[in-house]
Amino acid sequence: MFGYIVRRLFIMIPTLLAISAISFVIIQLPPGDYLTTLLNEARARGESADLSYINFLRETYHLDEPLVLQYFYWLGGIFQGDWGYSFEYNLPVTEVVGDRMFLTILLTFATTLFIWVVAFPIGIYAATHQYSLGDYFFTFLGFIGFAVPNFLLALVLMYLANVYFGTAIGGLMDPSYIDQPMSWGKFLSVLEHLWIPVVVIGTSGTAAMIRRLRANLLDELQKQYFVTAKAKGLPEGKALVKYPLRMSLNPFIADIGGILPDLISGATIVSVVLGLQTTGPLLLTALQSQDMYMAGSFVMWLAMLTVIGVLISDMALAALDPRIRLGGGATK
Amino acid sequence: MSDRTAYRPNEDGVLNHYVNTAGWDPYYREPMTAKQQRYATASQWRIIWWKLSRHRLAMISGGILLILYATIFISEFLAPYELNTRNTDFIFAPPQPVHLFHEGRFVGPFVYGYTQRLNMQTFQREYVVDRTDIQPLRFLCSGDRYRFWGMVDADLHLFCPAEGGTAFLLGTDRLGRDMLSRIIYGARVSLTVGLIGIAVSFTLGIVIGGLAGYYGGWVDNVINRVIEIFQSFPQLPLWMALSAALPANWSPLLVYFGITIILGLVDWTGLARAVRSKLLSLREEDFTTAAQLMGAEPRRIIGRHLLPSFMSHLIASATLSIPGMILGETALSFLGLGLKPPITSWGVLLSEAQNINAVAITPWIMVPVIPVILVVLCFQFFGDGLRDAADPYK
Repeated sequence: MFGYIVRRLFIMIPTLLAISAISFVIIQLPPGDYLTTLLNEARARGESADLSYINFLRETYHLDEPLVLQYFYWLGGIFQGDWGYSFEYNLPVTEVVGDRMFLTILLTFATTLFIWVVAFPIGIYAATHQYSLGDYFFTFLGFIGFAVPNFLLALVLMYLANVYFGTAIGGLMDPSYIDQPMSWGKFLSVLEHLWIPVVVIGTSGTAAMIRRLRANLLDELQKQYFVTAKAKGLPEGKALVKYPLRMSLNPFIADIGGILPDLISGATIVSVVLGLQTTGPLLLTALQSQDMYMAGSFVMWLAMLTVIGVLISDMALAALDPRIRLGGGATK
Repeated sequence: MSDRTAYRPNEDGVLNHYVNTAGWDPYYREPMTAKQQRYATASQWRIIWWKLSRHRLAMISGGILLILYATIFISEFLAPYELNTRNTDFIFAPPQPVHLFHEGRFVGPFVYGYTQRLNMQTFQREYVVDRTDIQPLRFLCSGDRYRFWGMVDADLHLFCPAEGGTAFLLGTDRLGRDMLSRIIYGARVSLTVGLIGIAVSFTLGIVIGGLAGYYGGWVDNVINRVIEIFQSFPQLPLWMALSAALPANWSPLLVYFGITIILGLVDWTGLARAVRSKLLSLREEDFTTAAQLMGAEPRRIIGRHLLPSFMSHLIASATLSIPGMILGETALSFLGLGLKPPITSWGVLLSEAQNINAVAITPWIMVPVIPVILVVLCFQFFGDGLRDAADPYK
């Protein structure tokens, strides 16, 4: 197990480096940089730009040097905890992002939990009642969940929540709690607002998970050991929970790696619509104003979040399933 | 007892046994029925078609898609209004349902007219249905002028409002433009985005996945790592970042192509994986070995034997990734990072529904979501059916 984790951690290093390179390319893609935008804006306002300030920024962030060098400066900075500078906010990127990253992680975690809690019983039901009305209903619901654009579902749910529950529109908590210290009331308020994005983001993932669990469980239900267990007189429910269900649990852990990018994608757009204080809206404004250090850092963090999530799910899977931790090295 | 006596030894002690007197042809095979014959000699594509045509849901979905794609050739004719016609007297007018009967009397398809008044308390325009104002729809009539395909001037429409009347079957937007007409025009962009995007990702997927699968070894390893890295990027933020990087001075048409290429660039990894794994497994098949032993070149083996045997599977998985692209375009345009007016796509139309007012006061602004859902569902069902049909072991 220990060897497996070490191996996985070593594989992560080149992956993260490549992700940083791609993120940097994204930072550099738009023609010009933020400083030229700044200059142009100042010119458009008819002011003379503060050249010494601009030169200071150019100096600090090595904007004159070749791209490859800039990349290494940027990377070196990251190792020292300096993610670059948000020209838009006039703050280091880390300071702007801090809390929001935490909320993104919270949202993703809550969504994953939601997917598990919902998909698990429904998947079992669909498999044990194959071709029943309920089975068709959930399959259909899953298709719809995939086809309806996330952002629209978010809008409609937000409206309904406002009309029927009186939830304040937008945000992740009641406006009165923003910037307040954590309290029970604030916690409840966050919960009250959290369910909309969680349901919206989780819908398609839940549908995928139900289908996986259903297919896996159906395969297992035909195997001989299950027939034997039933023939020996084990009650149906006990036989189901004791053997096939355990076998079909793997996708719940393994698929996290697959659905995590989707969850983060979904979270981005849903947060923009709902005005959540997560990374999504910030990424959008950063992209719109070409605040590229910020945008690049965001993209990189989201990718890192994914990679780490996949690592955790892989480790959990290895702990759960000896075939993976023992066979992993041999088959490669 | 009679059947037993036949096989008893006779008086001479010789065993009586059955001999078929007809001549025996060692090359004889049971003749196939006409149906079996047809199946055995049918091409792979024909078999796929037979299987697909038994899949009712897939056939219906395919039919709907075909009709929708056919409409984009004659959008101008189908839409009752021109794309940019502003009816300034009818801003945010709610949909006018089509009626057939007026007070129990058959009139033919018609709509009731609106009288508009400004509510001085809320400053909203309120439209009251005028039950006395019957406006029959005209068919194959001349209405708004348009340039068919941007080339020929014409004014023929499938149906138009009554003279001096209106026919906003799906309501109007904030500039008084007819939603139905805009949805019909928007189909042009929304439906083709997925096709061009998939063409890009298909090409990339086949070439890169083919390289990995054919060369194997370190090439395979490197490509696999690259695919893994790409897949760990959340798609939407990557799309957003790339499309934000499109130069602002590009013409709408260039932006459209740029967006489709971006959609394809991010999406190829799944297809490349499929190509690679299929190539790897097919390389080990007997028919490949046979072709190699007969001295066929690698190029011929790939082109003639390997590619055709998984092409059907690939097309099926490509079909399944088109809906993701359509949704992607919709999301990007909704955020204002994708296509921008004057280009009209369903996503651009939906970006008008960005705030809660749209849901609360003018819900018909969200109608473009219905074709989006319809198309995505159809592609999903059709792709599912196609995948089942392309699987030779089912």
